[in-house]
Amino acid sequence: MAQQEDNASDQQADRSLTMSRAMVEAIAHEMRANDEVFYMGEDVADYGGIFDSTQGLLEEFGRDRIMDVPISETAYLGAAVGAAQEGMRPIAELMFVDFFGVAMDQIYNQMAKNTYMSGGSVNVPMVLTAAVGGTYNDAAQHSQTLYGTFAHLPGMKVVVPSTAYDAKGLMHNAIRDDDPVVYMFHKRLMGIGWLPAPDGPKTGVPEDDYTIPFGSADVKREGADVTIVTLGLHVHRALEAAADLADDIDVEVVDLRTLVPLDTETILDSVAKTGHLVVVDEDYRSYGVTGEIIASVAEAALDDLEAVERVALPDVPIPYARPMEDEVIPGTDDITEAVRTARGDE
Amino acid sequence: MVAVNELQEMYENMVTARQYEERLQEEYLEGKQPAFDISAGPIPGELHLAAGHEAAGAGVCQHLRDDDTVTAPHRPHHVAIAKGVDLKRMTAEIFGRESGLSGGKGGHMHLFDPNVKFACSGIIAEGCPPAVGAGLAAKQRNTDSVAVAFLGEGAIDQGAFLESLNLASVQDLPVVFVVEDNDWAISMPKERVTDVENGAQRADGFGLHGARVDADDAVAVYDAARDAVGRARDGNGPSLLEVQVHRRMGHFMGDPEAYRPDEDKDAAQQRDSIERLEADLRANGVDDETIDDLRSRAHDRVEEAIEWAKDQPEPDPDDAYEDVFVNPPSGVTDSEPSTADTGGDD
Repeated sequence: MAQQEDNASDQQADRSLTMSRAMVEAIAHEMRANDEVFYMGEDVADYGGIFDSTQGLLEEFGRDRIMDVPISETAYLGAAVGAAQEGMRPIAELMFVDFFGVAMDQIYNQMAKNTYMSGGSVNVPMVLTAAVGGTYNDAAQHSQTLYGTFAHLPGMKVVVPSTAYDAKGLMHNAIRDDDPVVYMFHKRLMGIGWLPAPDGPKTGVPEDDYTIPFGSADVKREGADVTIVTLGLHVHRALEAAADLADDIDVEVVDLRTLVPLDTETILDSVAKTGHLVVVDEDYRSYGVTGEIIASVAEAALDDLEAVERVALPDVPIPYARPMEDEVIPGTDDITEAVRTARGDE
Repeated sequence: MVAVNELQEMYENMVTARQYEERLQEEYLEGKQPAFDISAGPIPGELHLAAGHEAAGAGVCQHLRDDDTVTAPHRPHHVAIAKGVDLKRMTAEIFGRESGLSGGKGGHMHLFDPNVKFACSGIIAEGCPPAVGAGLAAKQRNTDSVAVAFLGEGAIDQGAFLESLNLASVQDLPVVFVVEDNDWAISMPKERVTDVENGAQRADGFGLHGARVDADDAVAVYDAARDAVGRARDGNGPSLLEVQVHRRMGHFMGDPEAYRPDEDKDAAQQRDSIERLEADLRANGVDDETIDDLRSRAHDRVEEAIEWAKDQPEPDPDDAYEDVFVNPPSGVTDSEPSTADTGGDD
């Protein structure tokens, strides 16, 4: 359960935005409110972000605050860490999360650890944005989500929006947060012209600013029989599966929205009701999100669990060709099947 | 003086690369009309074409043998063709077919042909360290093989490149770094990401030989590459060769190039190293009939490769589980896990 209610939940939203527009709106709002917020990354200025993460911002804020940088991730992500430690509020974009390897020291040995190593005397109020996800045949170096990798390493808050409404509120919160936040946006959800999104992520979005507190999972669909816990693109696939199953099985869909902090309370409440847990993840199966969620429930409420299933990427790099990519990235049918298996009606 | 037959080979490679990519472009766009969806059509995913870069691949690879190693970046086709990569199997890979170089696992950014020691990486500059490793192996084994790393000018600000220059230099390794400078790193013009106009000057700081040459004159590329490859083969250490090329296309298919001035696009179209090399051939006494033969041979080879590739079967979805390891440990087998555990579609 959310620790606080979303402070915009009673606002009327009479317009729909794509997820990218909602993200950009939050960034622009924060940049107007605070001169020390700036955005740096590759192709974020004139191009507006390869995945539309900064569309239109250059025109309003200019090159000093919407900053194209050389292809030097170690230098510019590290520069964001340094500027944040000076008290500025940088947002630095990793074009594809898969490129994390190029600059991982700055991410996990500097950004994530400096607060702790300084005994709390230094803080790093920055946002690291990164495009994630597959489903468009971009192969092993450009299709990963790596949710579990970032959530595993302590010191980073990890945010994964699935709708425009969530994207805006989570971005406001990310920029205002005094800790480093990794904000992972799924390419397939952004509403990019050349990469069509499913119907779900485009939602009503209030024009005013609002925050969605971290650690507040959202029940995207209520149900009594089976709990699906998921995030990102797979929220929409889970909702599709739930609709397909609606005549037989009443499925509840829990959207985590943040991995760090993790809202175990909402998950436990749901499992207490349904007794059946299916965790769906677009990241690798082993040592990841699915295992963590199931372990957390088992630790806290083993007696509530009648059945557990997980649906995730098998432990292989993501292949290029369509039949193989379709095989490894969980589809709606895979989720449907797992729900049926959890219910014992194979 | 360059032997005329060498010029003819270069010309044929360059024409093959140009015609090949024109045909790939047609095939790629099929199924992406009227709305461009990057995951649709017979070739899904990203496609980075190299029109305007051909002389760099042909001029350098003309000096290479099958036992010399080449690493290429995300824009690899012209280099692969000049290095002698199996065109049919490369095409099948790009179409995501079972008979592709990697059985459809890699796609166009990840082409591997060990028969001619060719490999790719889709991550900027990350082919440089493996090329240094190939040079290291040649030196340790006392062979006269060399290694060549191709990269774009956007990659010369990347740590992997700069560290590789230093390691190759301090150990006197037989490596040539070839920077294809097309002036643009996606939307970022070179002058905005580096203050050093001549990228070959990067060599000065690391104590290796640097040269810069214009690909308009394919013969000049050939000459400069002869020096660089010869230096490596003779045990005289690494070189850095920057080749000015022209980007006649967007960064990737679907790139709207809204950031790029029309004059710059037009200028790239005006300068064609293939036409200039054709004039050089005529000046060297090569007659029209011979040139027509070279062109039609290229055409036939391209058509044959594309037709063959399209006839090949798609991979079995379960092939996705193979090749993670050469020697799969027990429990991580080539067999398909149970579908409830993975994204498997039965």
